[in-house]
Amino acid sequence: MSTARIKELVSTLHSPRQWLALAVGFGVLASVPALNRLVPVGAALHLSDSMLPLLGKFLCYGLVALAMDLVWGYTGVLSLGHAVFFALGGYAMGMYLMRTIGTAGVYRSELPDFMVFLDWKELPWYWHGFQHFGFAACMALLVPGLLAVVFGFFAFRSRIRGVYFSIITQALTYALMLLMFRNDTGFGGNNGLTDFKRLLDYPLAEQSTKQALYLASLLALLVGYLLCRYVVTSKLGRVLLALRDAESRVMFCGYDPFHYKLLVWTLSAILCGLAGALYVPQVGIINPSELAPSNSIEIAIWVAVGGRGTLVGGVIGALLVNGMKSWLTGAYPELWLYALGALFVGVTLFLPKGLAGLFSARRVRVVAPELAAELPAEPVRAEDLAGET
Amino acid sequence: MTQAQSQAHGQATHHAHATLSDPTMLWVDNVSVSFDGFKALTDLTLLLDPGELRCIIGPNGAGKTTMMDVITGKTRADSGRVFMSGRTIDLTELSEAQIAELGIGRKFQRPTVFENLSVFQNLELALKTKKTAFHSLFARLSSEARDRIAAVLDTIGLPTRAHAPAGLLSHGQKQWLEIGMLLAQDPKILLVDEPVAGMTQREMERTGQLLVSLAGEHTVVVVEHDMDFVRDIAKRVTVLHEGRVLAEGSMEQVQNDPKVIEVYLGSEAGNLGGAGC
Repeated sequence: MSTARIKELVSTLHSPRQWLALAVGFGVLASVPALNRLVPVGAALHLSDSMLPLLGKFLCYGLVALAMDLVWGYTGVLSLGHAVFFALGGYAMGMYLMRTIGTAGVYRSELPDFMVFLDWKELPWYWHGFQHFGFAACMALLVPGLLAVVFGFFAFRSRIRGVYFSIITQALTYALMLLMFRNDTGFGGNNGLTDFKRLLDYPLAEQSTKQALYLASLLALLVGYLLCRYVVTSKLGRVLLALRDAESRVMFCGYDPFHYKLLVWTLSAILCGLAGALYVPQVGIINPSELAPSNSIEIAIWVAVGGRGTLVGGVIGALLVNGMKSWLTGAYPELWLYALGALFVGVTLFLPKGLAGLFSARRVRVVAPELAAELPAEPVRAEDLAGET
Repeated sequence: MTQAQSQAHGQATHHAHATLSDPTMLWVDNVSVSFDGFKALTDLTLLLDPGELRCIIGPNGAGKTTMMDVITGKTRADSGRVFMSGRTIDLTELSEAQIAELGIGRKFQRPTVFENLSVFQNLELALKTKKTAFHSLFARLSSEARDRIAAVLDTIGLPTRAHAPAGLLSHGQKQWLEIGMLLAQDPKILLVDEPVAGMTQREMERTGQLLVSLAGEHTVVVVEHDMDFVRDIAKRVTVLHEGRVLAEGSMEQVQNDPKVIEVYLGSEAGNLGGAGC
């Protein structure tokens, strides 16, 4: 790529001010581990050891919110099953972490503990290869991507849209949850995969490993963001917006919505898989509860709170809502679901464009008077005019 | 082809042309369509010359919209054929997308533009290019494409609004933008359904000028209820009634045609000369 092309790309993605804001945001988030490591315990700014993986987890959620915004905010396809892709990525990484435990488990067996417990004699075929990190990492992206291609192929080819699509994705996540709950499926059933010891030979219990995982999540979030930003500022992104607003008109322009939706849907699933793979080593467990339908709905709420079709809004929404969740479920556990519901209703009623809308709304108001003059009155319907002829 | 030439074509006998090799742009040949027994079109025949501006009028239910649907492939004809460019291409055997690809653009009654994109971006999406998802992901606007968009912006009179969101345009401007989006696809035939519905007098005049200026380079078919508007722009008018061609000719000829007067007087007290429809 020539330097001219890179320059052009940089200016297409963001204005200089936006780049600056992005750099500042990234810098602040990147300095979080230092608050844990360098600031002495007891100081006001000290971050406790347990807080770091929690924040790392939020960053993974931020990546999921980006993926969600791409399909919902930009393309108008509301998925209520995005946790599926997240969990599949998580399970792939969990399988690697299980295999690397080796004989250090409770039963001192080469087999993962839950298999010994179930009295299995050998590894199921689909567990082979997961002792290699590279293989597991590829699978964490490939499996969600493949499922997205297959599911999207049938859903989009049949032109399933709107609420019907959302319901089917809910069914998808519910079905996968039931499947994963079964012991016979071979992913640890109810308990899922847990008791991880090491990642690439680094002990997961070590604070330095946690810091590295936090930074890896942050990096993934940044790369994911830039990728999404590239997509939405490309011509493809404009077609996506057009699809959201007037699908049939897009078809008349000669575009096939099927390919566009499938491409974006799959990309979104892969990003979720990546987020899941980074999430599991930080929280130390992956089990079927990640696939509960409500989890997928929460993802949509993050994006709605932050602001659809803005990318940054989704990330902020994910961080904010999850921060609130962590605090509330600790302080007033019984209130959380009410608070979540109230938040969703409140945002829908008073902030239809989410928090990001607060900022852009102020900008629009400045130019509003001149624009308002050009706003069309209620369009007159042709039927009314046709009248008596 | 100059306008004078195209007019000359219009006056010549159509069938003679059609059976010879080239000049007919569009030939709707004996097309019939019925919905659940209701005959929307009955043996409809219509011939258009290249570069012609044709107005189609007729009472509600005369089959104007159904005719457009058959031409664009949205509705299948029960019998009959639709030929493009002489007798070379039979449109009744093609899909909607294929027909659009051949160069038949259609503007619907209600303007639909991409409200959250700018006027410029609306035209960008409409431009004739490769339209696969993968191509769009890496596409960059060439300078020819920019020139083409600028030219279309000039034609539709919106160069100063290029970077405004299309959602903020007035009703009339949206209609022009949509015509512009058709133009960007470089069509041979433009089918325009009720372009001036809901427009102010000034917008109507502008639209008339626009459509007249497009004829010549494109073949333009306008379906319209507004008689003043049709009188302003029409060279040749076709009156449809109950799925058939009732009369065809200049506005003056059509207005004085006893059959036409009867049909219109049968449904309302006014007449074709009166204001509005």
